[in-house]
Amino acid sequence: MELVAPADFVLWGLRTQILSILIPVVALALFSYIVYKRLIPLSKANRDERFDRVGERLGKVFSLWLGQIKQPRYMVAGVLHIAIFFGFLVLALRSISLVFIGMNADFALPGMSGPLGTLYNIAKDYAATIVLIACLIAAFRRGVMKPARYAVPERYGKDHTAEAVFVLALISVLMISESLFEAAAIAAAPTLHQAAPLSLADMFSRMLSGASQGTLQTLHIGSYYVHDLVFFYFLCFLPFGKHFHVLTSLFNVYFMRLNKGTVKPVRYGIDESKLEDQEVFGVHKLEDFTWKHMLDFYSCADCGRCSDQCPANIVKRPLSPRFISIKARDQLFKTYPVWGEAQPSPELIGSIYTEDEILSCTTCGACEEECPIAIEYIDKIVDLRRGMIDAGMVPQSLQKPLSALEKRGNPYGKTAKQRAKWIDDKDFAELVEVKLIDPETPVETLFFVDSVSSYDDRIIRITKDAARLMDHMGVDFGILGEEEKDAGNEVRRIGEEMLFQDLKEHNTEMIQESGAKRIVTADPHAFNTLKKDYSGLPPVQHVCQVLLEGVVAGKLNFNQPGPDDAERVYTYHDPCYLGRHNLLYDEPRKLLDSLPGMKRVEMVKSRDRSFCCSGGGLMLFYEPEEEVRMGVLRVNMAKEAGANVIVTACPFCLINMEDAIKIAGLEGRMEAIDLTELVAGRVAW
Amino acid sequence: MDILVCVKRVPDPAGNEIQLNRAGNDIERDDLVYAVNEWDNYAVEEAIQIVDKAGGSVTVVSVGTDEDEEILRREMAMGAEKGVLLTDDAFNDADGYKTAAILSAYVGKNKFDLILTGAQADAGAGQVGGMMAAMLDLPYASLVNKIEVDSDTALTIGREIEGGNQEISSIELPCVLSIQTGINEPRYVSIRGIRKVASLEIPVFDAAGIGFSDSGVKMQRLEYFQPELGAGAEMLDGSDEEMADKVVELLKAKGGLK
Amino acid sequence: MAAIYIYLSHKNGVLDETALELVTAAKAIDAAAQATAIVLGAAGEAEQAAKEAAQSFATVWCVANDALAQPNAEIARKVLLAIVPAGSIVLAANDTFAMDLTPGLSIKMGASFASDATGIEGVEDGKLKVVRQEYGGAVSTRSLADLTGGAVITVRAGAFAPDESKSAGGQVVDKSGEVSDFSSKRTFVKIIEAETGDVDITKSEVLVAVGRGIEEEDNIGMVHDLAKAMGADVCCSRPIVDAKWLEKARQVGTSGQTVKPKVYLALGISGSFQHMGGIKGNPFIVAVNKNPNAPIFQTADVGVVADILDFIPLLQEKIG
Repeated sequence: MELVAPADFVLWGLRTQILSILIPVVALALFSYIVYKRLIPLSKANRDERFDRVGERLGKVFSLWLGQIKQPRYMVAGVLHIAIFFGFLVLALRSISLVFIGMNADFALPGMSGPLGTLYNIAKDYAATIVLIACLIAAFRRGVMKPARYAVPERYGKDHTAEAVFVLALISVLMISESLFEAAAIAAAPTLHQAAPLSLADMFSRMLSGASQGTLQTLHIGSYYVHDLVFFYFLCFLPFGKHFHVLTSLFNVYFMRLNKGTVKPVRYGIDESKLEDQEVFGVHKLEDFTWKHMLDFYSCADCGRCSDQCPANIVKRPLSPRFISIKARDQLFKTYPVWGEAQPSPELIGSIYTEDEILSCTTCGACEEECPIAIEYIDKIVDLRRGMIDAGMVPQSLQKPLSALEKRGNPYGKTAKQRAKWIDDKDFAELVEVKLIDPETPVETLFFVDSVSSYDDRIIRITKDAARLMDHMGVDFGILGEEEKDAGNEVRRIGEEMLFQDLKEHNTEMIQESGAKRIVTADPHAFNTLKKDYSGLPPVQHVCQVLLEGVVAGKLNFNQPGPDDAERVYTYHDPCYLGRHNLLYDEPRKLLDSLPGMKRVEMVKSRDRSFCCSGGGLMLFYEPEEEVRMGVLRVNMAKEAGANVIVTACPFCLINMEDAIKIAGLEGRMEAIDLTELVAGRVAW
Repeated sequence: MDILVCVKRVPDPAGNEIQLNRAGNDIERDDLVYAVNEWDNYAVEEAIQIVDKAGGSVTVVSVGTDEDEEILRREMAMGAEKGVLLTDDAFNDADGYKTAAILSAYVGKNKFDLILTGAQADAGAGQVGGMMAAMLDLPYASLVNKIEVDSDTALTIGREIEGGNQEISSIELPCVLSIQTGINEPRYVSIRGIRKVASLEIPVFDAAGIGFSDSGVKMQRLEYFQPELGAGAEMLDGSDEEMADKVVELLKAKGGLK
Repeated sequence: MAAIYIYLSHKNGVLDETALELVTAAKAIDAAAQATAIVLGAAGEAEQAAKEAAQSFATVWCVANDALAQPNAEIARKVLLAIVPAGSIVLAANDTFAMDLTPGLSIKMGASFASDATGIEGVEDGKLKVVRQEYGGAVSTRSLADLTGGAVITVRAGAFAPDESKSAGGQVVDKSGEVSDFSSKRTFVKIIEAETGDVDITKSEVLVAVGRGIEEEDNIGMVHDLAKAMGADVCCSRPIVDAKWLEKARQVGTSGQTVKPKVYLALGISGSFQHMGGIKGNPFIVAVNKNPNAPIFQTADVGVVADILDFIPLLQEKIG
C-alpha cells in the first residue's frame, strides 16, 4: 500500500507540510545571511581583473572543475573525490526535487516525469550508493590510515581530522536517509516503485520487506525530515570551514590566473608610472589582498597537495602553502565573523605569518601546479613581500644585494665595466668575437646574458659556450655589455617592485635601441621576466630552443660519444622558470636526445612536478632555516632514477646542484652539467 | 628625546674594490658607488627605535656637499624626521678635528638630548664622536652596542670590549655615543621609500649659519699608497714540512699567531 | 722636541702585552727620546703594573685611586690632563678603552689626533709622520700630525715589534697626589662576559677557516686545536654548516657572516665567490688546498697545495 507522502502527512493534528516549507525558508534565509557576511571582506578587498577571456575561463571550468583533471595526480584521494563530486552533481537535482516533494507529493522537475526521470532515478540511486562507499573509504583513510599529508604541524594549529570526518558523516547521513526514504516507499508498495538493483535503496527496501506499514510510514517521514534538516544544515555549515569549496570552487576556477610565470601588478588599474603615489604597497592586512585571493582562502579544501609538493615545506623551511591559505581563511573568519561585528584587522606579518615564512618561497610554482582548484600562491607571496619591503622588513643578507642592484645593476656589487669582461678572455676571444651592441653595429639577435652569467666564473663557462654555439650556427648576435642590467626576475619576486621597474625601464630602452629582432638568453629567470614581465620587446628565446633549431636545421652536428661516456646515464632536471612557468619541457629533452648515444632516464619528479633546486638570483643570498638542502634531495632523486649526470638548463640550478653533489658526498659518482655545455662538448666544430 | 645622528657618505664597501688612483693622492673614485656609512646607518636605526619607544625626534646631519643629500634622504626614508646639510667651502678638506668642530657648532645652535655617531667611517679613525663630546663637554662612550632609556636624564649603555665582552655603564644625558654595528638590524629602505621623501626640503647651513669659525686642521694627509698587492697567491713549494715552516713564519710575521 | 708619554693598559695589575710594542713606537717618534709611561688604576694594582713597566721605561708615573678600579675614560682623561704637560705626545695602544679615551683627550689637550697607526716615521718640521690604513685596510695613508699642541696617537696592536729588552731599570713616580677630581658623568655597572662557544667571528682578527677538504666531522677537532694554538677563531664555509659540523654563526660568506680579519688561514676551502664575498678588509690570506686550480689561489696571498688532513698536524706541531 502506498505510504502517505511528507506533503500530506499529519502528525498530532498538524500537517508536516508546514515543516517542509518552514525548514527551507528559514534555512535559505540563514544561508543567504551567512553568504552575505562572507562576502563582506571581498567587498573591502583590493581590485582584481578576472572578467576577461570568458571562453578560456569556461574551458578551465570544464577541465579543472567539471573534468577534475588534477585529481588523479593523487590517485586514491583523487578517485574518491571524483566519485563524491559526480555523486553530488547527480544528487543535487534529487535534493532539490525532494525539497519540493515535501510541499507537493507529485512534484517533478521539468522533464523529469517521463523516461528521463526513470533514467535519472537509476543514476541517482547508484550515485548515492557510490558516494556512501566513497565516504566510508575516505573516512577510513582520514580517521584510521591518516596519510601524512593531512597532518597539521603543531605550529599551524589543531588537527583537522574531526572536521573532515564530521562532514563525511553528514554526507553519509544524507545518502542513507535519501535511500531509506525511497526504500520505505518501495517496501510498502513494491509494485509501484523500484530501485536500481544492488543500489543502497534497493538493499534497504529488501531489508524492510517484512516491516509493518506503520514502521515503514514512520521511516519514510522520519528519513525525509532527517534528510531535509541535514541537507540544509550542511548547506549552512559549508561556509564555516574547508567545505566552503563545495560552493566556491566553481567560481575560483572560473576566475583563476590564466598567465603562467607572471606576477600581478602592485595594484590593478594603476599605471606603473603612478606606483609611487600609492599609499599602501603590497599586502599588510587581509584587506590588501584582492577579492580573488580571498576567494582562494575560502576555497582551500585543505587537501595538502600543495604542501606535499612544496620544496620549502619538504626541506622543513617554515613555509607550508596550505597554511598560507588556511591561516588567512581562519583570520578572515575571525575578523569578519558571521555573528557579530567585524574585528580590527591585524598586520599579517607578526600575527599569522612570519618574515621567514614568506621569504622561504622560491616561487617555483609546484603548489599552484598541483592545486585541483587553481589556488594561487606566488602572487600572494610576492604581494606580502612587497608589504615587507615597504615596511623595511628585509634581512641584512638581502639588503646588500638589493642595494648593489640599485647602484650597480647586479647583486654582487661588481662594476658595470666588468660585466662584459668575459668576452675579452684570451682563449675565448680567439675563438669567438662577441659584438658589443651599439646603434652603429646593429645585430639580429641580442644575447641577454644577465648577472650571474656575466660575473660568476663557473657560469661564464656556460655563457661562452652559448656564444660559441650561436656563432658556430651563424647567428648574428651581440651583447649589451655595460648597458645591460640585471633582468630583475628575482628583484620583482622578492617584492622590490620599484627597483624592478627601474631595471626594466633601463633594459627595455637598451634593448629597443639595439634594434635586435630577437632576444636569446641562457638564464630561464631572465627568459621568464623578459617574456612575462617586460613589454614591447622582440620575441625572447631560451638558448635550448635556439640550439634545437640548429640541430633540426643541420647546423649543429655531433661527434660520437667518447669512451668515458659509455658509463654515463643522464637525467634532465626541469628548471622551474623553464618548465612550469614557461612549459618548455620537450625542447631540452629533444636536444638531449639528439646527442648520439644518449642514455637518458627520467626522475620520478620531472616535468611539471620538477623539484626546485632552492632558487636563484636573490634567493642565493637568503639563508632560511631548513633541515636539508633542496639540491641534496634533488641529486638523490637523480641517483634513485639511476642517473649519474644531472643536466640542467639554468645557471642557478647548476650552482645549487654542484654544491649539493659535494654536500651529499656524491663527488665522483654524480656530476651536474648545463645543457649548453654538454651540447658544446659534443659538437663537431 | 630629541636625537641627532651624524652621518657620512662614504664609498660603499659592498659595491667597490677600493684602489689607489694613478697619482697616488687619493683612492680611485671614478667607478665608486656611495652609501651612508654602515655604522651611521645602525646609529640612525637605533635613534628611530629609541624614539619609537620614548618619543621625540630624530635629526640626521652631514657635513658635505649637495651630493650628500642623497644619504640624508635615505635616512629620512628610514624614519628620521629631519635632515640637515652643513656645507661651505670653509668645510673642505676637513680632518676629524675640523669635522667634529663643525658638527659641534651645529649642535651648539640647537638642543639635543642625545647625539649619535657611527663608531667609525671610511677612514677608520673612530674620532669624531669622542671629539665632539669633548668640545661640547658632554659625557661620551664609544663602540656602543646597547642602549636602554632609564629616564629623561640617564641611559644604560653597553659597550663592546675585548673578547666579545660587554661593558655596561650608566651615562647622564645629554651625551654623545658612537654606535657599533650589530646593535640592531637596520630596516630596509625601498626605492619607493626614497622617492616618497625626494621632495622634502633639507635645510642647508653654511659656516656663518652655525657660527663656525675655522681654526684649521691638525692632520694633513700627505699621500695614499697601496699596502702590498698580490696578483694571485704566491705558491709555496717544497715538501709539506718545508711549506709548513714557511706558513708558520708568514703567519707570525702577519700577526696570525698570538 | 715634545715629551712623550705612554699610556699603558693593564688588567688587574698585569700590563697588556702592547706595552712593549709602545716602547718601540716611542722610539719611532724619536730614537733618543726618553718616554714616560703612565699607569692608572686601583691602589695596589696600579703600583704592581707600574713596577712591571719600570723594566722597560726609565720613568713610570703612577696614579692609584679606587675611582680608577674600573675602566672609565672620563676619569682617566681628567687624570692625564692633570699630570701631562701641555704640548706633549701621548701614545696608547688602540684598544677599546683608548677609543673611549683618546679622541676627547686630544681635544682637551689641544693636540692633534691619529688613531690605529700602523707606522710612525719620525718628526719633520714640527710634524709627526704617521702611517694608517683606510677603507678597511684597502689603502694606507701617510699623514702629518701638527705637534704645536702636542699629539695623541694610538697604535695598532702588532704593528710594532715588542721591545723585550726590559733593561730600563726605571723608577716609579707616584703622581696620585697631583690629581683631585675623580668625578664622572658615566658610571661603570658591570661586565657581561661573552658566552663561551658564542664566538663572533666578525670581530676576529685571526681566522682559521675550514671547508669541505676536512672531509669528516671527526676532523673538525684538529682545526679547533690549531686555532687555539694560534689564538685564532674557527670559521667555515657553507658545506660545513650544512653538514652541521659547525654552527651557523661561524659561516663566512654572502649567506653567512662578513668578516674583517687581518689574517685568514683557509683550509680546504675552494673559494667560491659566495664564500669570498664574506671576507672584507683585505686580510692576509693563506690558502691550503689539494686542488692546485682551486679559485681561492687567485685571491689568496700565499698558496699551499697540500692535503689539509696532512698539513694541519704539521702546522700544529710547528706552532706548538
